Amino acid sequence: MAPEKKEEPRASPPDTPNSVGWTEGQTICLVPADSTLVLELGGSISPVTVEYETYGSLSPRKDNVVFIAHALSGDAHVAGWDRRATETGRTWRQKKPGWWDAIVGPGKAIDTNQLFVICPNVLGGCYGTTGPSSVDPATDKPYGLRFPMVTVGDWVNLHMRLLDALGIERLQAVVGGSLGGQQALEMALAHPDRVERAVVLAASARLSVQGLAFNAVGRYCILHDPNFAGGDYYDGEGPGAGLAGARMLAHITYLSDEGMHEKFGRRLQDDANGRQGGFGIEFAVESYLDYQGRAFVERFDANSYLYITRAMDYYDAAAAWGGGSLTEACRRIRAKMLIVSFDSDWLYPPEVCKELALALTQANRPVTYANVPSHYGHDSFLVETEKVGRLLRGFLAR
Amino acid sequence: MTQRPPPPIDPHLVTDRSVDRLPRGLFDQRAAELSNLLATRPAATDRPPDSTRWQDEIIAREIPKGARVLDLGCGDGALLERLMRELGVRAQGVEIDPEAVFSCVERGVPVIQADLDEGLRRFPAQAFDVVVLEETLQTLANPREMLAEMLRVGRRGIVSFPNFAHWRVLVDLVASGRMPVTEWLPYQWYETANIHPFTLRDLLDWSHGAGVRLVSGYAYENGAVRTLDADDNLHAEEVLIVVER
Repeated sequence: MAPEKKEEPRASPPDTPNSVGWTEGQTICLVPADSTLVLELGGSISPVTVEYETYGSLSPRKDNVVFIAHALSGDAHVAGWDRRATETGRTWRQKKPGWWDAIVGPGKAIDTNQLFVICPNVLGGCYGTTGPSSVDPATDKPYGLRFPMVTVGDWVNLHMRLLDALGIERLQAVVGGSLGGQQALEMALAHPDRVERAVVLAASARLSVQGLAFNAVGRYCILHDPNFAGGDYYDGEGPGAGLAGARMLAHITYLSDEGMHEKFGRRLQDDANGRQGGFGIEFAVESYLDYQGRAFVERFDANSYLYITRAMDYYDAAAAWGGGSLTEACRRIRAKMLIVSFDSDWLYPPEVCKELALALTQANRPVTYANVPSHYGHDSFLVETEKVGRLLRGFLAR
Repeated sequence: MTQRPPPPIDPHLVTDRSVDRLPRGLFDQRAAELSNLLATRPAATDRPPDSTRWQDEIIAREIPKGARVLDLGCGDGALLERLMRELGVRAQGVEIDPEAVFSCVERGVPVIQADLDEGLRRFPAQAFDVVVLEETLQTLANPREMLAEMLRVGRRGIVSFPNFAHWRVLVDLVASGRMPVTEWLPYQWYETANIHPFTLRDLLDWSHGAGVRLVSGYAYENGAVRTLDADDNLHAEEVLIVVER
């Protein structure tokens, strides 16, 4: 079969009818200074502010809510165009819409004409929700590595507080890909009565050993960057090279060998002049990774990367809810479940996603599991918008 | 019965074509005679490719309201969607084809994309009231194991299949000397998914041997459906049986 040529999903400009248009993040203090949020691994934190975005209108009965959980390097800016991109210094948002703009919008698969979509940034991140780059009131300096360890379970706890604050009792659906998929699963496990449907894309009940290993190398790059300064780098250079290295490595795990072969091959960036000798950027794939690394440093905090990858490492639904048995854990679930894998994904390969579906089956829960043919690897959940859109549209319909 | 054109002859296998032509011509002539004698209906090629499945009607009648139903090889989910809508069943489908899985999701039918040849190991015992194998059993690598699994996972099993002992199949085989191609077995031997063709009698032998009780049975013959008769091994084109332990 000839490889299918595909452009990146085309963005809807803000003035088109199927765009959610201009968006603005909102912030809410969910843990005021006179209280604390107790964390799963023993620490606590206070105060906690959460930045989130919403699209569409909340129905009078507040029963049309779709919660989107973002992935490792994602954020609350799911769709549309950030009105305050310039003033908040998030200049990378000036040129493109939110990360799932092809899926979320009026008339799109997650249809904001009917649904009220909400997505908060996770605790420990760097997009407005309290994280290691936030100022620690105890020292008046950024937390750095004094920020407590956070888990996927902590995120879900905090997000439930957000829903409480908005008066939302039940979710029509929670939807997430990759690390966001694990949040969707955790929400269905931790709050079975509040989740009607859960969609887990390119994710499973825990990260593979190979995934743990990749995260370890990414953190090694950051921790051993000479500018890391024990995490207190906010006044200086910062561990840019380390963070870029971590991102480049991670990016390889998001693609497939087949996809890279098709996109770059062994092509040289400067074909006309051939091989240069030496160690500059020569191959197309090298240039791509270099760009991805540098772009990431512009928009992400290295400490957040450490905390979030660790949360990803620690997540284990079977251990948390089933005494080590995923099937026992799944007995808790009341939500309708949709699990989607992508056949070229080697970060969360189809077998491990299917394992979650089979655990649900073994727990006597109805489940839908689809393995989507694609050669975009782990990134497929973002790129295969037509196929993912079809599945979401069907599954979310009442 | 219209005659299919003889398949092209592989020059690497047959060097002397006249040798081949002699018996083949003889059989073809005999086949034409038999067909004229016996044929009462249009041939396989006249069948619309996606005619409504008669089995769905029967299955809808056999399944109680609110039952837990597992459809193995559920295709595009049309049957389960109907059972959910009309009978409020708790449905679960299993299907291998990705496009069919998409259709199931679009119909709101829970479906697991999986290969039935990997077995039903992860389905708990007696988790379903009814397990359906509609036109699927003969496509599986290990049909006997699947039948046993069907009655481990479900209280009742519904199996429908093309009856390989139907007279038209037998005539086609005897007369042409080639693998039969009929309305219900419309594929050539090299492209058929029906890797384990079997007869009504075969299935009844299995049920006796396995201590399985025949609850009800239906035959499809000449466009009509009726309850199973004693001589249906020869007369039923299609069979649907309901079994339980």
